[in-house]
Amino acid sequence: MTEDLATIVARHRHDPRRLVEILHDVTEAYGFVPKDIITELASMLAVPRGHVEGVVGFYAFFSDEPRGAYRVLFSDGTTDRMGGSIALLERMRASFGLQGEETSRDGRLSVGTTSCTGLCDQGPALLVNGHAIGGLDSARLGDVMALIRAEAPLAAWPRELFAVRSNIRRRDLLLATAIRPGDAVSAAARRGRADTLAEVARSGLRGRGGAGFSTGAKWAACAEAPHEPRYVVCNADEGEPGTFKDRDLLADHLDLVLEGMTVAAFAVSARHGFLYVRAEYRFLFAHIANALAARRAAGLLGPNACGIRGFSFDIELRRGAGAYVCGEESALLESLEGRRGIPRNRPPFPVTHGYDQRPTVVNNVETFMAAALVARDGASVLRDLGTRTSSGTKILSVAGDVERPGVYELPFGVTVQRVLDEAGASRVQAVQVSGPAGTLLSARELDRTIAFDDVPSAGAFTVFDDRRDLLAIIEHHSRFFAHESCGFCTPCRVGTTLVARTMGRIASGHAARRDLVDVARVARVMAKTSHCGLGLMAGNPVLQGIEKFRPVFDARLRPDDALPTFDLDASLDKSRDVTGRDDSEAHFTEEVRP
Amino acid sequence: MTTDRRTFTLDGHDIPFDEGQSVLDAALAAGLFIPFLCHKPGNEAHGSCRVCMVRVGGRWQASCTTPAAAGLEVESTVEDLVAMRREIVQFLFTEGNHFCPSCEASGNCTLQAVGYELGVTTPHYPPFSPTRPLDASHPEMLLDLNRCILCELCVRASANVDKKSVFALSGRGPTKHLVVSAESGRLADTSFSADDAAAHVCPVGVFLPRGQGFRTPLGARKFDVEPLRVAALRRAGGT
Repeated sequence: MTEDLATIVARHRHDPRRLVEILHDVTEAYGFVPKDIITELASMLAVPRGHVEGVVGFYAFFSDEPRGAYRVLFSDGTTDRMGGSIALLERMRASFGLQGEETSRDGRLSVGTTSCTGLCDQGPALLVNGHAIGGLDSARLGDVMALIRAEAPLAAWPRELFAVRSNIRRRDLLLATAIRPGDAVSAAARRGRADTLAEVARSGLRGRGGAGFSTGAKWAACAEAPHEPRYVVCNADEGEPGTFKDRDLLADHLDLVLEGMTVAAFAVSARHGFLYVRAEYRFLFAHIANALAARRAAGLLGPNACGIRGFSFDIELRRGAGAYVCGEESALLESLEGRRGIPRNRPPFPVTHGYDQRPTVVNNVETFMAAALVARDGASVLRDLGTRTSSGTKILSVAGDVERPGVYELPFGVTVQRVLDEAGASRVQAVQVSGPAGTLLSARELDRTIAFDDVPSAGAFTVFDDRRDLLAIIEHHSRFFAHESCGFCTPCRVGTTLVARTMGRIASGHAARRDLVDVARVARVMAKTSHCGLGLMAGNPVLQGIEKFRPVFDARLRPDDALPTFDLDASLDKSRDVTGRDDSEAHFTEEVRP
Repeated sequence: MTTDRRTFTLDGHDIPFDEGQSVLDAALAAGLFIPFLCHKPGNEAHGSCRVCMVRVGGRWQASCTTPAAAGLEVESTVEDLVAMRREIVQFLFTEGNHFCPSCEASGNCTLQAVGYELGVTTPHYPPFSPTRPLDASHPEMLLDLNRCILCELCVRASANVDKKSVFALSGRGPTKHLVVSAESGRLADTSFSADDAAAHVCPVGVFLPRGQGFRTPLGARKFDVEPLRVAALRRAGGT
């Protein structure tokens, strides 16, 4: 039964800031966002039609074109590929007679790819109508295809198919400490706002999202900003290929996350919080909604939250919609306000001009957890662990060529080799720490440490053994950035595509020395001139690859100084199609080249 | 001019500024040129084209979105910065379909003029050659998106000046594109008029008035008569 648009819009109080939520509900009801619905929606929300169309066009999970009744998206993460996802995808397309992204003629099925869905430890994975299925192998894919052939409604599929298990392998401070809900907030209240801010600053807590900004300084700046109301936002949009730790933190340690958000709200005097979770983690939404309801029922959220007179705070769950760039805090705020996720110009910063241009604290899931423990147990709880500049622990998503992929919590300062030993790795060729935007380490650098001033990590820790084709991985990472670039600034919008295409030719052995010079130059332009972190980091895979694995590149380059940038023979595909010829005379061969 | 205005330095020159002014606007007002594409002096900065990159105290920043502040040390006309700007302009020529010799906008085109200013002789990179539509639905104006550089000047002018919001952006990354705010996607089905500010702000040649091709001969056009930097400084100086 299709839910009426008016009902959906009324449920969201005709608030254009809730556009991303509205579009999720429309997609659920109609399967896509039809063009006439866009027109009607724009008029109901009193916004220009182009605004709604632009938002639909921005997020990968929305479309204004009809899609298959079953929309299958294979996760195109680094580890999904290592696990054979491309062969599985091709098998499925061939089995249903599908070419590329097209929808089957009967409208039943479309098969495509989507960026890493965060099941790297239990992949390859896919999404069917937004629902994750992990652990794909030939048999499981066969089950999925049989269900689609039988046109079984999704609700009737075996629940076991959709099971996502938490996979925490090592616990330290954050994951081993039990905390009674409300205790950290009560401790903060006893200490008072100013002393809580000071305690968080003293703990040395730095943002776990990767940038490493001082949490105490961020909270203090927000608390001092003059405008009301203030907001607290938890960034659970982890989209870095290779990371999945927030998935397990939200599944198993949600109360500590919510506790930390409430501590932040108390410290900066915020009344409203948002928990922004990537749509790929749809399997967590009911759990999160239940946890929020339970905290409300227990008096931990709502008026006089945690028994603190005059402290009113509540948290709203918000969904992302398939856009890696929304992990950038100001793009996330744009998304929360119902717009395209374009990172804002700074200054001003979110601490003074965040959600709704009001002072806003935006922190990572893990940061809030650590802050809750600091509020309860004091600064020393972090100070006693880690290093001087990186206090506390880091939670890593370890995957790739390891025996025991999973979530590992280790003190900052731990060596890369120690992490490899914990997870069981041998014949290591390279380790990608913090995803494609992070650091590519060679086997000569395994004594380096996970810390803000050595190898910082937002969470991902992906291992490649010496059988992996590193150039194909670098190409894949470059394509990821081209797919996820928001397109706002020239260097990233154009540069990511240039790098991806050139890396494609290098990896497939169709490039010459000149191409290597070109790709490095483009990567440097992005690294200097881009608008936000995505573009500034998008050249990392190529630049670090060339720096650390130059012989691998050189071995794949053709001896020529320069080569045509296109495949002469492939460019004749269309002519062959039209003329119905495929004989040898209709092909260029290597020998034909001058 | 008062003598107690605060200043920053641009390539060693003292530049006075007003509170709230950007490095770019202050530099232009002081008679020093920094090339730019997506900005219209006097309006809110956008920061998307990245042609106006400078180095402020060693950090790379877009001069249009950097607030001027006393004591800043800004570098602009140094070889590596100019080379970076040249790259960005080459990226734009690579991305769209820009055929200057046959283009109606040649000589009036800011992208072309910035190219000349920076010494761009070729796009250098393999062209993307995108397939982009031509909207010939409107009686007064042709919309040729082949030339669009996604600067959003028309989007902003239509929303902020004309109060019509005829244009918007959709897609992202390499699929980002300009859309017309109508279910049909046709300009004729909007309230757009050739008198709109949005019709006269395009730095390239997306908006082409119908029925008057090549009215001004090549060689006698805007940037043929007055080079970009002279025109920009004259406008900023208010003369």
